[in-house]
Amino acid sequence: MGRLLETVELSKSFGGIKAVQNFIIHIDQGEVIGLIGPNGAGKTTAFNLLTGVYKPTTGQILFEGKDISGKKPYQITAMGIARTFQNIRLFGELSVLENVKIAFTMHSNYSFPEAILRLGRYGKEEQIIDNRARELLTMFKLEHVTDEQAKNLPYGQQRRLEIARALATEPRLLLLDEPAAGMNPQETQELMEMIRWIRDQFKLTILLIEHDMALVMNICERIYVLDYGKILAEGVPADIKNNPAVIKAYLGTEE
Amino acid sequence: MDNGILAQFIQQIINGVSLGSIYALIALGYTMVYGIMRLINFAHGDIYMLGAYVGFFVTTQLKLGFFPALILAMIAIAAIGVVVEKLAYKPLRHSSKISILITAIGVSLFIEYTTMYFLSPQPRTFPPVLPNQVFHLGSVMISFQQIVILASTVVLMLMLWYIVQYTKMGKAMRAVSYDTDAALLMGINVDHVISFTFAVGSGLAGAAGVLVGIYYNTIDPLMGIMPGLKAFIAAVLGGIGIIPGAMMGGIILGVVEALVSGFLSSTFRDAAAFGILIIILLIKPTGLLGKNETEKV
Amino acid sequence: MNVMKTMRRYDLALLALSVVTYLIFSFLIDERVISSFWRLQIVLMCINVILAASLNLINGITGQFSLGHAGFMAVGAYVSAVMTMWYDLPFGLALLIGGLAAAFIGIIIGIPTLRLDGDYLAIATLGMGEIIRITILNIPAVGGASGLTGIPRLTDFTWVFWAMIITLFFIKNMVNSTFGRSCISVRENAIAATAMGINTTYAKVLAFAVGALFAGVAGGLFSHYFSIAHPSSFTFLNSFNYLTMVVLGGLGSMSGAIVGATLLTFITAALADYPEIRMIIYALCLILLMIFRPQGVFGNQEFSLLLQRLMKRRKGGKGNGQAS
Repeated sequence: MGRLLETVELSKSFGGIKAVQNFIIHIDQGEVIGLIGPNGAGKTTAFNLLTGVYKPTTGQILFEGKDISGKKPYQITAMGIARTFQNIRLFGELSVLENVKIAFTMHSNYSFPEAILRLGRYGKEEQIIDNRARELLTMFKLEHVTDEQAKNLPYGQQRRLEIARALATEPRLLLLDEPAAGMNPQETQELMEMIRWIRDQFKLTILLIEHDMALVMNICERIYVLDYGKILAEGVPADIKNNPAVIKAYLGTEE
Repeated sequence: MDNGILAQFIQQIINGVSLGSIYALIALGYTMVYGIMRLINFAHGDIYMLGAYVGFFVTTQLKLGFFPALILAMIAIAAIGVVVEKLAYKPLRHSSKISILITAIGVSLFIEYTTMYFLSPQPRTFPPVLPNQVFHLGSVMISFQQIVILASTVVLMLMLWYIVQYTKMGKAMRAVSYDTDAALLMGINVDHVISFTFAVGSGLAGAAGVLVGIYYNTIDPLMGIMPGLKAFIAAVLGGIGIIPGAMMGGIILGVVEALVSGFLSSTFRDAAAFGILIIILLIKPTGLLGKNETEKV
Repeated sequence: MNVMKTMRRYDLALLALSVVTYLIFSFLIDERVISSFWRLQIVLMCINVILAASLNLINGITGQFSLGHAGFMAVGAYVSAVMTMWYDLPFGLALLIGGLAAAFIGIIIGIPTLRLDGDYLAIATLGMGEIIRITILNIPAVGGASGLTGIPRLTDFTWVFWAMIITLFFIKNMVNSTFGRSCISVRENAIAATAMGINTTYAKVLAFAVGALFAGVAGGLFSHYFSIAHPSSFTFLNSFNYLTMVVLGGLGSMSGAIVGATLLTFITAALADYPEIRMIIYALCLILLMIFRPQGVFGNQEFSLLLQRLMKRRKGGKGNGQAS
């Protein structure tokens, strides 16, 4: 198993506020990693750094050995990192099928003249996009809603669609930002199985932010705990559960 | 510097500040309405035109002097502004930006062409209500009209500043501008605040209309289009939604235009205004006094 | 489901419809059944459809609020006129060069301004459009403020009709490709789009350039119909007029752009007999339309989709969700 992602003393400040500092993590191929921490600990900021939404103030992000810090989000997606969002960001007015087709854009390579004249590679590649988008939707049990507007789907299906759409970019690392937020226990259970299945089916590595401790402890092989923008602890779920610093961060300060 | 050029420079600054203070008066209405409703009220230039016409009728038909004309125009135009808001913009409070923009353009055309229909498209000559006196300071000239324009503008701006900073309604305006929904939850009557904003903004534009009538002596139904756009540029330049920004933007724009027409050519005057607009939008889209905002991911 | 087969069949049907429409109208025009006044309106309508469809690509499909379309039209009008008048180029080539010049200006304007969004972009494009106009106004070689006169009258119904069909065909194809989908994704959610690997700046500039290209072609057709190109034909109020067509039909809908341009052209023509109150009625229509039907005639739907949905409903929804 090779090293997939590694950060070198990553930090991000907004004005004078250090949102994330000295953020050092590493992820190996095939791992499912959890990133947890109290509200406002800087988890989403860390995600935004990894996906290029924010430029790091200092430090580097190495993905498959290449420095991706300072690259634009679309370039990072093209290099193999896909993500979902804490507050779902689907293309609401568009159909479920179109949502997934858009994510295949990167992998088609017919030219603009071919597109407007409908010549050459256009037909063949559009057919491939259509087939693969439908395939993917079938895998995520969304084949019966392909023509629905994305905004009309029930919440659980919207989350599934967002993950399916992220997978259409064919990533090697998938970042999930609170995938279980707003789900009931049964949906969370299904999600847990789905994350495992995705990892095996698509041969992916997954980094997820989550508040649902049961889910994190259950499926993550390793966990990073973030507090006040710093890594507080790192380890396997059993260790994290018993780490006094972590318990204090979550419970201690309030009592 | 050559004495002649220096004198010409100062002369253009004086002309620019006079023109700019009128832009500033119109820009205030743009900026206040934008601050409260996020609406670019393209009809605002035409509201200003109506102000000039009210001033014209008060001075020619009622034979009243400058101050009654100014005050009557402000009151009448404030009322018109409120009516326009109630009839055209209120039903669209929650519509898309483009719908509201098109409505504003509709209102603008409606005002222009209705005025044309009833009052004829011919330009009218504004009567000389102020003495045509010119003061010479060396080789620099300043007219009595320019002094009146500047003085009126300063007084109106001070009044506006007092209203916004110290009255209950002014505080409500600032609250609505900051967060409309929160203001609503705090029990502020947003409808009243919006009407009040339109009244104040339109009243200032009405005053500007009278002042321009006096300054240029001639008024016509389409006179509001260009100054409307210029005032809007002034508002963007200072930072749209920010009251001191509109004052600053208006003066800067007026001075730049005066310098361009004085030293280059008046055909480039409008291009200079739009050029300033583009430059400010590219360098600091939120304007000279604006704060930068980014979308949270 | 075979994507291409369905598209081809649909395209052929549209082509057949276009040919029939063309033949009927050219017959009516040649036989002088249609008066010269309405002939002018039909030509204007076709030009307006090109402008509305190309503006729809920018405003409706890509969601970038542009108010500078008349500026691009002006570039095409003047450049193509110069090509036919000074260089004796064939009309088709002159139109193409006019369009490309407009697209080039579109790219130059687009790269810096498309970083802005919403109202700010609208104002910036309005300013850019006016700067183009004022620049032309100050070039004596092309007539300056009195306009460029003596342009050969090369535009006729055949030219405007087929230019319109080609424009619609290209834009429709673009929308149904990865390029168009990138544009749509920018409109829907730019942050999600960039997370899907889409270069949003590229998509926006592309839409801007293609929109400007067809606006330039429309400008060329315009100046070669009236034999004159005048700066006053390309003010920001003209840009508003094209935007109104797009919104009237339904922002984001190609069918809507066609219907909006047609409707507005004919409303304007019908009011031509009442010059004094024409603009008052027009303005009232705008306000009432925005209050009572702000989504336009089509919403953001396409005519073909509405038809499909209607048919599905008639079938009792049994084909629900299945590939059709």
